[in-house]
Amino acid sequence: MRLRAATSLGRLAGGLSRTLGRGDGFVIGGRVVLATCPDAFRQLVAGRRVAFVSATNGKTTTTRLLAAAMGAAGPVVTNTSGANMPAGLVAALARPQPGIPPSAPAVLEADETYLPGLLPATSAPLLVLGNLSRDQLDRVGEVAMVARRWRSIFAATPGVSAVANADDPHVAWAAGVIPNVTWVSVGNTWTADSVLCPSCGAILRRDDRDWSCACGFRRPEVAWRLDDGDVVTPDGERHPLQLHLPGTANQANAVMAVVAADALGVPPSVSVPAMSSVVSVGGRYQTVNLGGRRVRLLLGKNPAGWAEMFGMLAPAPAPVVIAINARAADGKDPSWLWDVPFEKLADRFVVATGERRHDLAVRLTYADVPHVTVEDPWTTESAMPAEVGSPGAHPLDAVGTYTAFRELLRRGGGANDG
Amino acid sequence: MAESALRFVSIYPMLLGTYGDGGNLRVLTMRARARGYEIEPIELDAGEPVPSVADLYLLGGGEDDAQVAAVRTLRTDGGLARAVDAGAVVFGVCAGYQLLGKEFPGSNGVLEPGLELLDVTTSRLPKRAVGELLAEPVVGESLTQPLTGYENHAGGTRLGTDARALARVRAGVGNGVDGVEGAVQGRILGTYLHGPGLARNPELADLLLSWVIGSPLPPLDLADVEALRTERLSAVTPR
Repeated sequence: MRLRAATSLGRLAGGLSRTLGRGDGFVIGGRVVLATCPDAFRQLVAGRRVAFVSATNGKTTTTRLLAAAMGAAGPVVTNTSGANMPAGLVAALARPQPGIPPSAPAVLEADETYLPGLLPATSAPLLVLGNLSRDQLDRVGEVAMVARRWRSIFAATPGVSAVANADDPHVAWAAGVIPNVTWVSVGNTWTADSVLCPSCGAILRRDDRDWSCACGFRRPEVAWRLDDGDVVTPDGERHPLQLHLPGTANQANAVMAVVAADALGVPPSVSVPAMSSVVSVGGRYQTVNLGGRRVRLLLGKNPAGWAEMFGMLAPAPAPVVIAINARAADGKDPSWLWDVPFEKLADRFVVATGERRHDLAVRLTYADVPHVTVEDPWTTESAMPAEVGSPGAHPLDAVGTYTAFRELLRRGGGANDG
Repeated sequence: MAESALRFVSIYPMLLGTYGDGGNLRVLTMRARARGYEIEPIELDAGEPVPSVADLYLLGGGEDDAQVAAVRTLRTDGGLARAVDAGAVVFGVCAGYQLLGKEFPGSNGVLEPGLELLDVTTSRLPKRAVGELLAEPVVGESLTQPLTGYENHAGGTRLGTDARALARVRAGVGNGVDGVEGAVQGRILGTYLHGPGLARNPELADLLLSWVIGSPLPPLDLADVEALRTERLSAVTPR
């Protein structure tokens, strides 16, 4: 009864927040539910098969793809807006969903720091673990600390099983305590955060995706893998991915989703075609109208994400707008900009915007990238520097940190499609 | 590379580079080249021998295990200590600052001996210091501008008699001992300023370069750097 009263109050708060224009009302509703009924999460997932998707990069996309795959086989509940902290999960589970039975499986994106707190409230969850890299160091902490927290809670969670990226040594080490793991090889373009063996602290030996340590800790035997755009099953069967999302990082996300779906009873013959329906995730890759031109929105929130970004941008000399904020959800320290090889943009013009545009401008100065800072280039067509050129046949690429990206999405009237 | 090139060595950036400190090498290289000096920047992989004949050495911030791995490798290697004996300039940030000292808390808080090149001792702070750091330099006339950066560490660093403070803390924690930030001893300078520190404090970058070159450098004003400093200085309230 307490849960029902709490969810009604939560809906009221969410509606009020929307009416007052203070946000989409989603997370505030969840906060109200949790304040009224602290046990809400446990009660809302009771009787459901739960899959938690967690990682530093790709968790929103993997969640979206896994939900699409599962949705092809039957009803599913999911937190499709990237609201991945407890209040967001509670809000997703508590909203009225006509026609979806209370036993429908839940595919939930979980923030990597909150995942340990959520596990004890679930029964035999499936974990889908992608990668760990430096991000929001002021809030999340260093990568090795996150891996240690994961490992100790995984060891203490009975019945847990996992689909995990064997190519990431921190993920392999954390998930190594789980008896039932399906290991997947999807690659790991950013290796700067896994130089040392998570088990003994010595320097790891690496060979492409493979890695090992003198102490005996090594990459686990892989069952599934991503190979040249195909999912390869343990039997060697190949399923070409049919994605409408760009880049190899999204192929990696898709393979994690295919293997997780298989673990939940949905085979690749069903999941692979189902994932082709996803064309945009939380507004990423969407083209919106901003400042009198068409703008393609991209999320670039940390060095690992940026490692994939250069290949997704329209080819040089196409200009690019980069919006940098450093609010709580972005991480308050934007010094990670110096870990991104912005020298690669030397043959383009960059418009630096966002609250921390000056940090970016200094980085671009020392990288010899032509640029200008503009507080708000989207007010009118003339607010955009002349170097960008007039609106043409191709959309202008705009890359933002999490809150800067969300702001562009909101102003452009884009859909937060999950 | 010509004989005359100055050699700037970034020590194990894969271990000591978690907080964008790799940018310090880039800033020093670009600022020296802008004044007409030929620079050979060198980034050492972990375990690669440290050349003892370079002009400037950089050590950045890193995670606890990486810091311990770095200090043990450096002690065995001995190249950095030989370079210091020969008068090289050393710039250490955060973990790289702590490991230049006598000891620091390493993995799981176990005290780890440092390289003893800097007369400082680091112990665990009761609460991790995370946020903007603003400090007023006290090392003399060569630094006149406030130092600005971002700190993220759990170390409290006490200066011994041979080391002097770099600056007095106006906002944030810094060394966490006696209200000061950083340490200077001869041509070795340690600090908790990330940002990276030399991107946000060009005067500090030029001070290190003047130690290498042996004379002050002509001014190099970069509008974006000044705009960043103005914005960052207005974002903190000094005490």
